[in-house]
Amino acid sequence: MKVIYTDNNATTKVAGEVIEEMMPYFAELYGNPSSMHTFGDEVGKRVKQARQQVADLINADPEEIVFTSCGTESDNAAINAAIKAFPKKKHLITSAVEHPAIKNLYSYLEKTQGYTVTFVPVDKKGRLNTAVLYESMSENTAIISLMWANNETGVIFPIEEVAQRANERGILFHTDAVQATGKIDIDVKKTGVDMLSLSGHKIHGPKGIGVLYVKKGFKFTPYLIGGHQEGGRRGGTENTAFIIGLGTACELAKQNLEIMNTRVRELRDYLQSQLLEKISCTSVNGVQDNRLPNTLSIGFDAVEGESILLLLDRDGICASSGSACTSGSLDPSHVLMAMEVPFKSAHGTIRFSLSHYNTKDEMDLIVKNLVPTIEKLRAMSPFWKDGKVV
Amino acid sequence: MWDYTDKVKEHFLHPRNVGELEGANAIGETGSLNCGDALKLYLKVNKNERIIEATFMTFGCASAVASSSALTEIIKGMTLDDAAKVTNDDISDYLGGLPKAKMHCSVMGQSALKKAIANFRGVQILEKPGQIVCECFDVTDLEIIDAVKANGLETTDDVTDYLKAGGGCGQCLERIEEVIASTKVKG
Repeated sequence: MKVIYTDNNATTKVAGEVIEEMMPYFAELYGNPSSMHTFGDEVGKRVKQARQQVADLINADPEEIVFTSCGTESDNAAINAAIKAFPKKKHLITSAVEHPAIKNLYSYLEKTQGYTVTFVPVDKKGRLNTAVLYESMSENTAIISLMWANNETGVIFPIEEVAQRANERGILFHTDAVQATGKIDIDVKKTGVDMLSLSGHKIHGPKGIGVLYVKKGFKFTPYLIGGHQEGGRRGGTENTAFIIGLGTACELAKQNLEIMNTRVRELRDYLQSQLLEKISCTSVNGVQDNRLPNTLSIGFDAVEGESILLLLDRDGICASSGSACTSGSLDPSHVLMAMEVPFKSAHGTIRFSLSHYNTKDEMDLIVKNLVPTIEKLRAMSPFWKDGKVV
Repeated sequence: MWDYTDKVKEHFLHPRNVGELEGANAIGETGSLNCGDALKLYLKVNKNERIIEATFMTFGCASAVASSSALTEIIKGMTLDDAAKVTNDDISDYLGGLPKAKMHCSVMGQSALKKAIANFRGVQILEKPGQIVCECFDVTDLEIIDAVKANGLETTDDVTDYLKAGGGCGQCLERIEEVIASTKVKG
């Protein structure tokens, strides 16, 4: 069965060009980039090129790029560096809708290390309540960490504005740009962020490689203490093949940024309008304008997400749901709950996240599946009668 | 992805006995829209107290739908006395087993059935004995003790899998742990 892949915020297809660039570094070009011989240095030069490719995507200098193993490591390394730089400051700020890499790390620090945390709320459209954020900033704040864009809804946060306010107050600012990278323009110089995380597998690169951008001048304490690699900011022999693959992925992401904001956005908008038109009692989560061009979080009243996913799966359609129906915890995601999305649609929320590999035909097939799928599940639902929620 | 048996998948994709039942004389409801799953069970019971028809309406995940479908198949033709003895394990066994984290779906079936039988007999289900431990899912300490004993549950996660207790806000998790510990001590 042909797979229709619309779960690109979970992970992406590794681009053919990326795989091709990586392959020799698993085989004949196995040298260590730090070695004092031409054989190793050949790999070293290629890693240097990859570092430049990453830097170009976010308008950083190559020396500001630190390769890590994943987005989660980048986030942990950033927060760790902040609390090591300011050991006396015991207050942390983030939003209520962060990825677990920040959310759970902050909760851990709160529970075990005596930190107080401000989780800044969002409104019903997923927009950050910046007034609460600015109010909470103090002399005691070690770092503000905000996702650039939300993984579930695609809602984009005002990173430039908050980064500037943080700079004015002398507070460190980190952004988790894992979802934003490759989808919207990222410019670290223009926004003035101190640190930024990104991940390879969200931009058609391989899994197991991430980046932490660290602004020049910040006294960075490494999270992984070891050798001199990455300018002494992350120990461990360079993951050469993956670094090179990520470099290529970043170059491709830069080239594809326009397609993402034209053709992919049009596909997403087409899918959205078709579903809203053809299925009643359906609502989109998050603002329309300030949203990642590839993301659609859409709730169908009175039906449950896992059931929808399994019926989509029958036609090879890959998406994800807004409620983790795991264990007894049937609560919708913390993101939808923070937005006060009503239960009737939160439980039936599906996230479609597109890439430039998707086509209009695929969008039509999704609609063709979903119309009878929702109808079937509603016919079975005790909360649905005569075309409305009861 | 859940490790569902072929039978669970088959009952989810082709559920038996779906819909409201006209002339039903016993109805049992459990769960809610907020909880994330709910089941409404309809029975037609004849004068010999035999279930001649059973249908359901379910809001929930695949295993909730499959459990409801299985339940109606199991109880059709049974007397109410026999139906009253059907447990969540019977539902799970009928489906070739459920993932542990989805056991509460079968518990929901058993609960709706109990309510339908009580509804037919005009018995009011009295307020549950014991003290409420989990406010989110309305679960008492006695229910937790029963589940721990009957199913050999050991951790709060086990209890959440079976009863959903502790799966909402999570404030009662410590109390659940105490109940498990005291049950083990008493045997």
